[in-house]
Amino acid sequence: METLHFRFEAGGKPPAGTPQLVGVVSSGNLEVLIEPAALSGACEIEVRTAAVGFGATWEAVMRDFHARWQLADTRICINDMGATPAVVSLRLDQAVESMTGGLP
Amino acid sequence: MSSYLELSARQRIPHIFDAGSFAEFLPPAARVVSPHLAQLDAPVSFDDGVIVGRGLLDGRVVFGAAQEGGFMGGAVGEVHGAKLVGMLRRAVDEGAHAVLLLLESGGVRLHEANAGLIAVSEVMRAILDVRAAGIPVVALVGGANGCFGGMGITARCANSVVMSEEGRLAMSGPEVIETAHGVEEFDARDRALVWRTTGGKHRYLLGDCQALVADDTGAFRQAAIAAIAAAHQGEVALTLAELLAEQDMLARRLRDFGGQIEPMEVWRALGVPDPKAIPMLEADAFVALADNYRAGADAGASTGGR
Repeated sequence: METLHFRFEAGGKPPAGTPQLVGVVSSGNLEVLIEPAALSGACEIEVRTAAVGFGATWEAVMRDFHARWQLADTRICINDMGATPAVVSLRLDQAVESMTGGLP
Repeated sequence: MSSYLELSARQRIPHIFDAGSFAEFLPPAARVVSPHLAQLDAPVSFDDGVIVGRGLLDGRVVFGAAQEGGFMGGAVGEVHGAKLVGMLRRAVDEGAHAVLLLLESGGVRLHEANAGLIAVSEVMRAILDVRAAGIPVVALVGGANGCFGGMGITARCANSVVMSEEGRLAMSGPEVIETAHGVEEFDARDRALVWRTTGGKHRYLLGDCQALVADDTGAFRQAAIAAIAAAHQGEVALTLAELLAEQDMLARRLRDFGGQIEPMEVWRALGVPDPKAIPMLEADAFVALADNYRAGADAGASTGGR
């Protein structure tokens, strides 16, 4: 297992809503827990993944995600079992949409 | 029409319970995860593979659980089991109308060894306590991972079991049997054989499940409502008479079918005129046919008179 931490400062929008969990921890899949958190305008993402050594790929996927959503005051926690970058991106978008009701 | 099989456990909840009514105990944000898996450097899940809580079913307060077959095959670890037991005990404390278990599990989570075994036995005891309090327990089995091992036994501790053809209910899974006794005994890759042996239609014909529905969330929901209503008509608690009737049924099964090695022979022995046609029948047509021949249809108490 490998644990990765990402923090993106100065997001634009603090999302309203209750904590949501999407996805399942199964082979090639992941679960994403998203919840509002007082983080001084930042978005923090913690990734625990069974696939060791893909930190650079995770960072690229997370940067893309942050560029898409610009979330503020949001905590995201991921349990991953080897999901591909495309699956990770889709799950992250699904998580945001389920918490915010689909609004950007 | 919405497939029950294809949904995750978390997605099934709002389809089965009244929409928006389910309140989860220990939700994922509480992060009550398995301590054992982390020690083994294995991935954890924020709900440990089970959702427990309280909702409304047809307007009545029904407690429930849904196991996630995608996470470690729905296997029961210490936290997973403790969540089930806690929900069951609270159902008694709060006088629930019923408990509904959406089961999908390979049984004990072997990573957690004795803790998982103890957890499953505690779940069984808690289910019988719920029934002793006059609260019916109904199990739904329709997930891709089936319901095996300790959870197979657990399902049969319920007042009634509702299955789809795609659902499977058994003790040892196909691969376990093949590994232990060889491919001549059981070919786990023969999917038609696996479903003939463990699938919902066979269980319905043998009397191990009390309702057989299409793979549809609406059908499962209606069958759950009907099973709870039927259970309330009879003796909810497990009785000695029910255990003796079950023992008789099993003894008859062994006597009548103990020499059969193929489920279709069992169906023929039950009187089904064209056993080969059974796997191709839609749920409604199958039930209409099977009700003329199925075993256990007259075993009243355990099934609330069905």
